[in-house]
Amino acid sequence: MAERSFTAEVAHLRKGAGDTFTGEGILAITKALLENGVGYVGGYQGAPVSHLMDVLADAQDLLAELGVRFESNANEAAAAAMLSASVNYPIRGAVTFKGPVGVNVASDALANLSSAGVRGGALIIMGEDYGEGSSIMQERSYAFALKSQFWMLDPRPNLESMVKAVGDAFHLSEASNTPVMMTLRIRSCHVTGSFATQDNMAPPLTVRAALSNPKADMTRVVLPPMSYVQEKEKVEHRRPAAEKFIRENGLNEVFGADGPVGIICLGGHYNGVVRALQRLGLCDLVGNTQVPIYCLNVAYPLLPDQVLGFAAGKSALLVVEEGQPEFLEQGLSTILYRAGASVALHGKDIFPMAGEYTGAVMLEAIEGFLRRAAPELLPDRIRAPNQDRPVPPDLAKSVPIRPPGFCVGCPERPIFAAMKLVQEDLGPHHVAADIGCHLFGTLPPFGIGGATMGFGLGPASNGAFDGGGEKRPISIIGDGGFWHSGLSSSMTNAVYNKSDGVVVVVDNFYTAATGGQDVLSSRADNPSRRTKHPIAQAMKGVGVNWVAEVDRTYDVPRLKRVLTEALTTDAKGPKVVIASSECMLNKQRREKPLRQQAIREGRRVAAPRFGVDEAICTGDHACMRLSGCPSLSLKVTKDPLRDDPVAHIDQNCVGCGNCGEVADAAILCPSFYRADVVHNPHRWERRLAGLRKRVISWLQDRRRAKRVEVGA
Amino acid sequence: MTIVPRLGEGTQTLDGLIRLAVLAVGGQGGGVLMSWIEDMARAAGWRVQGTSVAGVAQRTGATVYYIEMCPASSGNPVFGLMPAAGDVDILIAAELAEAGRAVLRGFVTPDRTTLIASTHRVLAVSEKIVPGDGITSRDEVMSAITDQARLLVAADFEAVAQEQGSVISASLFGALAASGSLPFAKEDFAAVIRAGGKGIDRSLRAFEAGFAAAQQGAAPVAPSTPAPALAPDLCVPARLMAAWTALAARVQDLPAPAQDIAMAGLKKVVDFQDIAYGAEYLDTLLAQAKRDTAPFLFTAELAKYLANAMVYDDLIRVADLKTRSGRWGHITGEMGVGSDQILQVTEFLHPRAEEIVGQLPKSLGQKVMNSPKWMVRLDRWINKGRRLRSDRLRDFMMLYVLAGLRPRRRRSLRHAIEVAHWQAWLDRAIKAHGRNPALGVEILRCRRLIKGYSDTHARGQSKFDRVMAGIDLVEGREDAADWARRLREAALQDAEGKALDGALATIRSFAVN
Repeated sequence: MAERSFTAEVAHLRKGAGDTFTGEGILAITKALLENGVGYVGGYQGAPVSHLMDVLADAQDLLAELGVRFESNANEAAAAAMLSASVNYPIRGAVTFKGPVGVNVASDALANLSSAGVRGGALIIMGEDYGEGSSIMQERSYAFALKSQFWMLDPRPNLESMVKAVGDAFHLSEASNTPVMMTLRIRSCHVTGSFATQDNMAPPLTVRAALSNPKADMTRVVLPPMSYVQEKEKVEHRRPAAEKFIRENGLNEVFGADGPVGIICLGGHYNGVVRALQRLGLCDLVGNTQVPIYCLNVAYPLLPDQVLGFAAGKSALLVVEEGQPEFLEQGLSTILYRAGASVALHGKDIFPMAGEYTGAVMLEAIEGFLRRAAPELLPDRIRAPNQDRPVPPDLAKSVPIRPPGFCVGCPERPIFAAMKLVQEDLGPHHVAADIGCHLFGTLPPFGIGGATMGFGLGPASNGAFDGGGEKRPISIIGDGGFWHSGLSSSMTNAVYNKSDGVVVVVDNFYTAATGGQDVLSSRADNPSRRTKHPIAQAMKGVGVNWVAEVDRTYDVPRLKRVLTEALTTDAKGPKVVIASSECMLNKQRREKPLRQQAIREGRRVAAPRFGVDEAICTGDHACMRLSGCPSLSLKVTKDPLRDDPVAHIDQNCVGCGNCGEVADAAILCPSFYRADVVHNPHRWERRLAGLRKRVISWLQDRRRAKRVEVGA
Repeated sequence: MTIVPRLGEGTQTLDGLIRLAVLAVGGQGGGVLMSWIEDMARAAGWRVQGTSVAGVAQRTGATVYYIEMCPASSGNPVFGLMPAAGDVDILIAAELAEAGRAVLRGFVTPDRTTLIASTHRVLAVSEKIVPGDGITSRDEVMSAITDQARLLVAADFEAVAQEQGSVISASLFGALAASGSLPFAKEDFAAVIRAGGKGIDRSLRAFEAGFAAAQQGAAPVAPSTPAPALAPDLCVPARLMAAWTALAARVQDLPAPAQDIAMAGLKKVVDFQDIAYGAEYLDTLLAQAKRDTAPFLFTAELAKYLANAMVYDDLIRVADLKTRSGRWGHITGEMGVGSDQILQVTEFLHPRAEEIVGQLPKSLGQKVMNSPKWMVRLDRWINKGRRLRSDRLRDFMMLYVLAGLRPRRRRSLRHAIEVAHWQAWLDRAIKAHGRNPALGVEILRCRRLIKGYSDTHARGQSKFDRVMAGIDLVEGREDAADWARRLREAALQDAEGKALDGALATIRSFAVN
């Protein structure tokens, strides 16, 4: 993370007893780890938990003082495997990644860890990427807790509750010898608020000290017969211990006095439930509710006695859990049915099975539940409204969809432009996409790539086509995906199976989509990590013989040539094209301040920007279909002879060159020009420019005197 | 600022709570705006919570930020984490379509919502890639936001911010202050900007400008249809003045409804070639006008499309436009080049053999064009990307000399091809006009399909031909004009011509029977 500094955030981590932290949820949790004597932290970045990794990466001094080891793991499997340190040593460890994709990758290690059990508290901070703003498939990570029998916390989304949950999680993990996963939804990670900080605590046993006094316990190895014993331990010892701890320490909460009906919700949904009740006039601003709520800050395991206690005397319960399947409802059904309870259990019969529980969904479902189960609770104006809720006007046709896309000047844009042009020449090809910013290439205007199978799995997902055919299969992989798992899962697979496919590596020097973290092939110096390992070397190392490197992705004509060659060469084995240019977001972050400073100091700086000659542009928008750049847009002209808007480049242009290169490679039109504004030019340069201008003006005037032309 | 006050049922249990959402396009500084609002509320001792769904959505996609706040005296409130339909007090939309999206999602309701919207557009990719005009109409959104907001504060806050060299978050913050929807003084707003961050002075200026723009009754809401455009002014040298004046006077001989557009067309044609070429244009136009009857739609449309047809895009025109004196001033202005800076301009040209051969005299050009061997040879030599530094003398001279070929243009192969093409088109339109006036007009309008350079031009040409072939099939029908319009509109919908294929298939399905 050379391009962004988190110094201000690190200062928060140094706060002690008596101080107040004010900021984002994910940073509060980072601070809570240090307050709870964590011995090591790791993870793999991804929205919404990247911030934890980024801030700790910048907090090396503080971590060194405390004796905490911080690892930027290669992927989620590596991160989860690191929790192995808590199996034999009483050291608290925490790792973070996003769910469910990260949990998928980590599941092998998580299953082993859960079977072995832990001595030190083992915490997984999982950012559940579900609903609006999510970039992944819509699933629940809950299933992993069920199958591996680890515990899941889902605290209420405010800073105090989330910070408390970190401490609870470590204690619960130690009390039950089981890893604990803490679920945080996107908005909970980004929610702001305050909490009273405590002093940071150095781990009682550091990982360094553990190495001096190594321990091994055969009973913790996952191998028969120990693995059978471990399964029994899970149900006979660890789960009862967990239930006891949860009960005795009041991890779950009940709000509101007794009532005829009740709501059982996951902690993360508490605020949404309360808001719906507030809007129904059944709860005040601070949460005094007339409908009792059993708030499950522990999503798994469920405590039968608590559930039955809450259900006692109630005629109906509503379960609030987002996504599918309805794990919670199923678990509660079992508990209630086994106990012969007669209470009616509602959940997904009222709530939608799929999709986010937005404010509107929550309001409608809770109102619907109360109408059915306890209409007398509803105020008159809700029960018998004088008018229907207004329906907003349908603007679907006049509001265009706006999915995320490549940034201004993104170096990946020209790669897809080149691919589109090559396919115009050679016909359409099968293209497998991968995870990363480059996945935006599947959207208009490029529409390249038909499926994604997981991070770093683009080339592997072409396995069935490895034998080749009349046309070669193409796959995309980013530098992030390559180092995450692509080298082993995709490239060794391709080499070993003598793949005839073409692999396009989109190398932008970072894992850009997760916030611009460094990877092995990053070109910057990183004080705490090793960088500058070329992808090409790794490719050759695993046996790829045909590797072409294009070190400036904006060179569309060259990319076109290289891609064409890869698709047509007689060479055997996988054909790899590595297209490299730095992520523009990170490049601008680094270079813009430097450039401004240079200009201030009077040094010569040439700032490029593109423009369009309005009179030459015919308004056919062919350039847009090869760009989609936010700064290349349309302008309605004042010319009454024109029907269509013309191309226009706004002031956000960073002069990346894509427009000119594409116009050249696709032989589009001569309207584009690049204007370099030279700040603080040399004296001779200025003089030369003046001379040129005088001669050119003379020529122009000479011609103008002989013709009628549209005035300037 | 448009004020549309309404009455609605208050939700008593939530008294004192303010719910504020920001809908922005990634990269507009929505995060900065959110933290200003939060910091200001905190500084005033309020309880406040903000949240967002930042992530990949930040990359140029639509993004929502959400804040709730209430006075500290309210205790320790349970805040919501996302805006809910029908439950938003203040909505800030940093772009017009996002304001529309806010309405669509139910975040703007007449009983409670103050809507602060910037009326500028950031076009979505889907609007930009259409070969014709894919920009969605703003009228529907404008009327919806006016209807739905309790209080509407609308202006082009993007332009307001740019004028101050700042970003829209600052001008919107000013508009928020002016709207009076938050119980904080203007000075509290300014104080939080001053408290830190980058570009404080510019942010403050944009804040003030946004405040003023929001307060002005006549907020500069951009009109949905641009004001009637006028033909540009001409530079006429003294010795050509008499000839030009005489020529321009002939426009008066045209029927009144066609005069303005014909004047614009005449100027374009003369600018392209010379006064004699302009006379040819007017001759053709006047000849048709005589046969036309009121409301002279055929003549008016011909004035427009004949000018576009006669002003084709050849090498000479490109070189000419790139070497004019006015261009330098235009670029200097657009790029904001100061007097102590210098400007360098690089042109991206990629001529093919066809373009060069097109400029040869007709018979020679024809010969070369017919010889595949020569064309391959020429293509190898010519067909490559060329970057010219038009601020340097050598490259400028190359373009200047090329532009100087203008007097010979009319003898060129390209000219012959273009003239033949537009004459065939015009004959076709005239013939149709005699039988079915509306169809004649629609055929004229099909000229719009021909645009672009090289491959794009060829694609446009082929679409034009296919539309014409489609018109052949329906020519005898009463609703032929309607079908011609539909075909043309379909051709402008996508680059590949899928919509056109569909429309043609429909026509064939009934034309064959």
